[in-house]
Amino acid sequence: MINSKILVYDGSFNGFLTAVFTAFDEKVSVSDIQREDEYQSGLFSESETVITDSEKAKRVWYGIDKKSHTAIKQIYFAFLSESRGIEMLLYRYIRKLFSKQDASPSDYSDGIVLKTSQLAKSVGREKHRMEAFVRFQLTKDGIYFANIEPDFNVLPLISKHFRSRYADQYWLIYDVKRKYGLYYDLKKVEIVTMDLKELLTNSIHKSETLTAAEYDFQDLWNNYFKSTNIKSRINLKLHQQHVPKRYWKYLSEKREVV
Amino acid sequence: MSFERIKEKLNILADAAKYDVSCASSGSNRTNKNKGLGNSTGMGICHSYTEDGRCVSLLKILMTNYCIYDCAYCVTRKSNDIKRAAFKIQEVVDLTINFYRRNYIEGLFLSSGIFKNADYTMERLVAVAKKLREEENFNGYIHLKSIPGASDELMREAGLYADRLSVNIEVPTVSGLKLLAPDKNYEDFTKPMLKVKNEIIQYKAEKKIIKSTPKYAPAGQSTQMIIGATGESDKDIMYSATHYYKNYHMKRVYYSGYVPVAEDKRLPAIGSQVPLLRENRLYQTDWLLRFYGFHVKEILNADFPNLDMDVDPKLGWALRNMHHFPVDVNRADRAMLARIPGIGMQSVHKIINARKFRKLNWEHLKNIGIALNRAKYFMVCDSSKWENRDLEPDRIKGLILQNSSGKFRKEYSNQLQLFS
Repeated sequence: MINSKILVYDGSFNGFLTAVFTAFDEKVSVSDIQREDEYQSGLFSESETVITDSEKAKRVWYGIDKKSHTAIKQIYFAFLSESRGIEMLLYRYIRKLFSKQDASPSDYSDGIVLKTSQLAKSVGREKHRMEAFVRFQLTKDGIYFANIEPDFNVLPLISKHFRSRYADQYWLIYDVKRKYGLYYDLKKVEIVTMDLKELLTNSIHKSETLTAAEYDFQDLWNNYFKSTNIKSRINLKLHQQHVPKRYWKYLSEKREVV
Repeated sequence: MSFERIKEKLNILADAAKYDVSCASSGSNRTNKNKGLGNSTGMGICHSYTEDGRCVSLLKILMTNYCIYDCAYCVTRKSNDIKRAAFKIQEVVDLTINFYRRNYIEGLFLSSGIFKNADYTMERLVAVAKKLREEENFNGYIHLKSIPGASDELMREAGLYADRLSVNIEVPTVSGLKLLAPDKNYEDFTKPMLKVKNEIIQYKAEKKIIKSTPKYAPAGQSTQMIIGATGESDKDIMYSATHYYKNYHMKRVYYSGYVPVAEDKRLPAIGSQVPLLRENRLYQTDWLLRFYGFHVKEILNADFPNLDMDVDPKLGWALRNMHHFPVDVNRADRAMLARIPGIGMQSVHKIINARKFRKLNWEHLKNIGIALNRAKYFMVCDSSKWENRDLEPDRIKGLILQNSSGKFRKEYSNQLQLFS
């Protein structure tokens, strides 16, 4: 193949959209789109590093949005799944949207469309889970602080929910896996990175940074959680299906079990 | 506040409230006003799940478990020798706010034993809601119990602060109610329901003219029935549920398998098994009525007063009505697609969208996610390979049970063994 290229981008969604723009603009035959931190050179294809350009990204975003609002939402959600090969799946999807008259995000009998919608759905589920599983702990500085470790990169998706719900308190949600967080200062949400040494605390290993009453409230909550269980209906399988074990260490009511 | 004392009360009053199965926090539409605390946006969130697999969405507690009534099925009935406690209004407010700020809950579900009289009790529930809304600027979800017999004025006020109101009918038949709750009148239950229904109708009408009409119970009202405490049939339960959906515009009717809480010769003994499978079948029927376009008489009638235990109600209906099948998924309308066993409403939606682009075959349908092991006997698609044997309903049932596994299978295979 002549002119077959691997496009390398910075890992951001804007970067990806810029790569899509480049592919269309320069009529590149794309053999792969890869994040720069995971780049592997191909044997037969050359590579081009794409420099993120928010103007170009915007044009692609609005271009897709004009075709279908559902499609752009699904593409964004599916992208945040960070699953292997997601870039090429979405690139093919976008090509399909622009090339075929009747391409539609509701064509569930098309493999690419179905796969994208399924990935978007999983990310949506993880978003919803994080809206449920965030457990704030009040620090002495008056900040409600929570650690999370979501399967997918859902912080950008949950920002709005927490901003509109907890409008009158300072809060910080930190993604332990991806090492960045969201901080709300009563006016706006900012992306923060920090070095957290002490991440998990419980009633045995109390943290100096939290208020004393914090542990009392956690204790009350844990007690409530226990009293509201009906023993004669026990169904641990269902319990674990709803609250998978990997999240337990961040949930105060389950933490003592871990 | 004294955490030790609060903890003790919380344990008693959460334990007493847990038999109320409703934990819904959805269906409301309260936005965060003036940078206050909380919102309630239509979609409910389950913040945790107990070890019995039930959702924990709200702080569900009783104001008190002192009660002047002696209903046989109730853990807080006055003749039961248990620890009693009562919350102060401010204590409930503080607990709610502090749990909410930590993202433990979507809001408060406040019920109560009845002390002194209905109005006195209802007043205190309303006072908690009022304080949360007006003093704490709290916009999260509030579910209040309508106390049977409470006055219309209090029910009016309750709806102005609460998102949802509910009265639990508990016993599905009037005769059962007389037997188990002799001090209560049937009318005590229906009076607040009727008031709430009428207020909601009025609110909706007024809102069309004046946009700023204060919200009245935006998430509607619900009720609950205990299953398996008296000898009622599934038909009694579902006809009764249909009555409440239709005449009181219930958002939800909940079915709660009776958990024996007392030795009483009118009731199943302590330690008898909770009828989980039956409860499950009733919920499935409820869904068929609300979302799948079934009429209750199609599923339960004089000839079939009880649901099948070994198959779900939709499959049961299909097996009794083989003349409607097979259905061609590429041509049938939405209502008929929804009646094919193994196809849920999500799949119906996907099928209708997908078949605009091409005719669907087994591969497409499998990827869409329908349960082919059940559906294949009742449908044809763009393929010559379809079930062309002329199978009797019993044979189909046998094949489906043989080639699938169900979460309750162990229970009813035991039940079947008893009779074979």
